This record gives sequence, C-alpha cells and structure tokens, in this order.
Amino acid sequence: MARKLPMYKAISEAIAQEMEKDENIFVMGEDIGAYGGIFGATSGLLEKFGPERVRDTPICESAFIGAALGAASKGMRPIVELMFIDFFGVAMDQIYNHIAKAHYMSGGQVKMPVVIMTAMGGGYSDAAQHSQCLYGLFAHVPGLKVVIPSNSYDAKGLMISAIRDDNPVMYFFHKGLMGLGWMPSPPEATVEVPEEPYTVPIGEAKVVREGSDVTIVGVAKMVYEALWAAEELEKEGISAEVIDLRSLVPLDKKTLLDSVKKTGRLVVVDEDYRSYGMSGEVIATVVENGISLEAPPVRVAYPDVPVPYSRVLERYVLPDKEKIINAVKSIM
Amino acid sequence: MEKIEEIPKETLLEIYRTMHKIRTYEETLAEWYYKGKTPRFDISAGPIPGELHLSSGQESAAVGVCMHLKPEDALIGTHRAHHFAIAKGVNLKKMTAEIFGKATGLSGGKGGHMHLFDASVNFSCSGIVGASFPQAVGVGIAAKLKGEDYVAVAVGGDGAANQGTFHEALNLAAVWKLPVIFVIEDNSWAISVPKEKSTAVSKNSERAAAYGIPGVSVDGMDVIAVYEVAKEAVERARRGEGPSLIEIKVYRLRGHFEGDPQHYRPKEDLELAKQKDPLLNFEKLLLEKGIATEEELNKIKEENIKEVQEAIDFAVNSPYPEPEEALKGVFAGGE
Repeated sequence: MARKLPMYKAISEAIAQEMEKDENIFVMGEDIGAYGGIFGATSGLLEKFGPERVRDTPICESAFIGAALGAASKGMRPIVELMFIDFFGVAMDQIYNHIAKAHYMSGGQVKMPVVIMTAMGGGYSDAAQHSQCLYGLFAHVPGLKVVIPSNSYDAKGLMISAIRDDNPVMYFFHKGLMGLGWMPSPPEATVEVPEEPYTVPIGEAKVVREGSDVTIVGVAKMVYEALWAAEELEKEGISAEVIDLRSLVPLDKKTLLDSVKKTGRLVVVDEDYRSYGMSGEVIATVVENGISLEAPPVRVAYPDVPVPYSRVLERYVLPDKEKIINAVKSIM
Repeated sequence: MEKIEEIPKETLLEIYRTMHKIRTYEETLAEWYYKGKTPRFDISAGPIPGELHLSSGQESAAVGVCMHLKPEDALIGTHRAHHFAIAKGVNLKKMTAEIFGKATGLSGGKGGHMHLFDASVNFSCSGIVGASFPQAVGVGIAAKLKGEDYVAVAVGGDGAANQGTFHEALNLAAVWKLPVIFVIEDNSWAISVPKEKSTAVSKNSERAAAYGIPGVSVDGMDVIAVYEVAKEAVERARRGEGPSLIEIKVYRLRGHFEGDPQHYRPKEDLELAKQKDPLLNFEKLLLEKGIATEEELNKIKEENIKEVQEAIDFAVNSPYPEPEEALKGVFAGGE
C-alpha cells in the first residue's frame, strides 16, 4: 500500500523498518530523541526503540561521529544525525580522515556501515552558518558515498540503501523539501511511498522529465526549479530534459552522458557553491567523455559568497527557475 | 564581596536599566517575529525571517558580566546573544536593522540575528555552538603580545561546555595565563536535551579544576551575585593572573527558538523559570531595600520602551539592501 508521506516521515519510517529487522542499527545525534530531530527525520523512533538505541547526545559532534566509527568496527550499523551540514567543521576529522578511509587504510579489514544524515539548504533566511549545502566537499573525499533525495519516495528508498550499505554514506536532506508545516516545501516533494521496505539504488540518477533540446541537471530542491523552468520553456518551444542525480558518489555517468548525447546542451543547477564543486564535476564528466556539445555548458550555481541573511540578498544569489530559463535561452 | 548597599545607586540603577531594556527588546522583537507568521507559522515569512533565539530570563548573566567591561574588551557570544550585545553597548538601532535584514544594519543585512558584529565595541557572536571559546583565547594572546590590559569574554551555553573547543580553549588559556573569562550560561537545556542527561558533572565550574583555573557557579536569579563574581574574574584577568570560568544558572523563559513547541519540556520547568525571573527579583530587591522608588523605576521603564520603539522604527523604516550587495565583500581590499 502506498500513501503520500512527507519526506521527514519517509526517512523516519525507513529507519524504523530497518531497526526492526536488524538490532545492530542504532541512532545518535542532537535532539533526535524526545524532539524527534529538529527536521523530524527521527520522529517516533525513541517511542518505538527506547533510549538505548535512539540516543540523544550532548553537543559533541566529534565525539558521537567518532563513536560511530568505533561502533561500526564492532559490527554495529550506526546512523548519526549532524543537525545542520554547516556544523561538520567540528567533526570533520572523524569523517574524512577516519570514517572515509578506514576501509582503505585497513586493507579491507574494517568496514564502515555508517550513515551520516544531515540537513542542508537555505531559502528561509537562516544565514551563513545554517543554510549551506556543502555536498561537494564530501563528494570530493574518497571513501564517502553521497546521496541527496528530492522526494519522499527516493528519501525512503535511499535511506534503506544507505543503511544496508557496508560503506559510509552521507545522506543529505534539503530542509525545504521535508514537508514540515513550518518550513516552505514544494508539494511535489510529498509523493506516494509504499508501506513496505524497498530500496532506491545508490548511484542511479533519474530522468524526471524527458526532452530533446537541453539537459538540465540538479539535485534536491533544484530539481523542482529545473522542472518549473522546463514547463515554461516548453511554452516557448524548447524541450528540456531534467535529470535528478540523486547520488553524487557514485555518479551515474551513463544517465548523464546518454542525455547530453541526445540533447547536445547542458545546464547544471547547483545550490552548493559554484567553484570546485558538483557543477564543475558534471561538466568535466561530459567534456572528458568527448561528447560534442552544440553550445558551451552553463552553470546556474550558488555564487562564491557566504549565504546572506537578508531575504532580498539571499533571493538574489539562490538559483531559481528564472535563472535556469535565462541560462537555457543563452545557449539555444 | 561587596554587599548591595556598598554598590553605588547609579550602578544599581544602570544594572536595572540594562536588564529591563533587554527584556523589553526581546519581548518586542517576539511580537514582530510573529507578524506574517500567523495563523500558520512559516519560518521564512514576516519582517524577521529565519531563526530567532531570545534571551528573556537570562538578562542577569549579560548585565552582571558586561558592567565590568570596557569597549576595548572583547565579548564573543552565542546564537542567543541579544542580551550580551545590548549589555556590551552594541548600537541598538543598527542591531535591530540587521535583525530586520536592512541596509542600515550592523552588517548591511548580511549577518543577521545569529551573526551580529559591532567592532566598535568588540562584540561578535556565532551560530556554531562552542565557537566562542578558542576565539577568546586569541584575543587574550593579542592583549598579552601588545601589552594591553583588555580582556576577552567567551560565552557559551551549558550545551557548549561539552564541545571539544571548550576544553581545548580552557587548557590553552590556562597554560598561557591569558586574560580570558569563560562564561557558561546554564539554562539547563541544549535545545531539547536536559543538562543532567548531557553533562557528567552537576556544575560546569567543577571542570575548571581540570585546567588549574578558578571556577565559580553563581545563581543568575541574583544579578548582584553575578556582578560580584564577574568583577573578580575580570580584575584577575586584567592583573595578568590568567583565565577564570564562571557558570551562571539561568532559566530560559521562552523556547530554544521562537516557534519551538517545547513538547520535550515539563510544564513545571517552565513554571520554575517564571518564578526565577532575575528582572522581577531585582526590581523587588531595589524596592524592598529602599534603593529606588517605583517612580524612579517607572521612569527607567518608560525610557527603555521609548528607546526600543525608536530602534524598531529605525529598522522598519530603513531600506532593504540592493540585491547586488550579496556579491560584494567576500574579501578585504576590494570586491
């Protein structure tokens, strides 16, 4: 049976169903117990599984993320929530020098089935330290898988895949897609979700709209901006294909390349910072594979500035439908 | 320690004035925050979008400490920092304009409520828990290297005292004997996690022993007690005798942020907070001891209400920044 679920409920349902099956799974993080996660991703888990398996931590990201490594080394499958991705700084050593590298450095002796779940994204004036995406930083480090769902169906399936994966997975959810009553969220993100467990494979992109003139690539909230742009462009006779990457690591090159081969034009939409990030990686992948384009690829990315607080400033820098339309028209 | 009778009346009235100003400011901001957010709460809507962490109930911590500070002294606050900003002398109009996202704000609307900077009084704050402690150490190093007598105050909540930065910074300030005062505002809650479930000792001041520095716990219900404890720590730092740790027990009168349902918080805890109101307590004390008359206090209240209203008016009537400003100011020395 499928019913419509907001993303936050789809995530907590995925965790709960896996926890019921596998007692090695436990959850740690700040305000993930009684509060149910600031963005609801662990709602109901404390009531179901109790405080031993759903552990509210002190504010100590370095300690509890490092502890995930120790627990994983003894066969546990920890899920940790980093409340905002912006807070990664205090714990990054444990993530990128240890969790990401343990399997490789140990010659495969140690597995790291750790899920690091975290909130990203802006658009609601939470300013420079609570609005970033930063998935590019993690995708850059070898050893971390990176997934970013854009709707509740993918959110549940990707979470189950992440939990079952024997590798560390960075699971990013966009605050503005969670379907929380108090945070604006496009209704399109709340879709039908089967009650039973299922997986969405990590490393598979999805063509969410077929088209023939231009390929627009994005993740998370930018998928909707791209879809809305594509609708407008259609009225002007431009047929846009939209790809939701869903995973950055591994990157589904085949879906990307097949689409660009067909359309000959590429626009990458990225809410993460422009330079040295996802948008550049996607374009490099296309160029390296020798695909001939009819026009230079274009990035609609977050400019290289910290996220400003004031609404007028933030709107100016956030990628959106209008900017995507302009970018597409500039290469037609 | 001095008794209240030994503190000059003008100092006591100054303490009252600032505490009352803070409360007036926070409660007025709350009203503005919910404009555009009713009937349905939408965090991105209204004249003050984003998160808002108010300090009502915690005024004594800010005022008791900042009464001893000069503009050259640095104060580094937390995500909940309006009270310290006001007590440190941050320009109220510009601060309010910043919170409203206006061009006339402290940072032209780029920083916002959690990232207030006023270099003219050496005030800053951060949205990252535990960020203040190491930064204050650096201010202490600068004072020492430059041979100046300014001090640094780092503020954190009881939750922040469990971050690595707290412990690293205390150790560093202690071994280098730096003029730093570490202030833990203990309101018992790290968002929804109560202190007794997150902190292995009942008083954070006990942790000072691990770094060989003085550690004192003080009841924030009593602003004069906070004032006295802070005085000793600041004087000690100025004399070059090194850092101190002060834990101030306060109560959070509102949610972690505005809109926080507080379903995790027992009703009795909120009731207790209302009984432990440091502003009402101090007001009662001033009247009972005959230090001030109701007329004197009423006059101060009216002046505060007027000043806060002027700051709000300034913010509301100021223009928003030009959107292109978003792209400027990443680097010093050009755009």
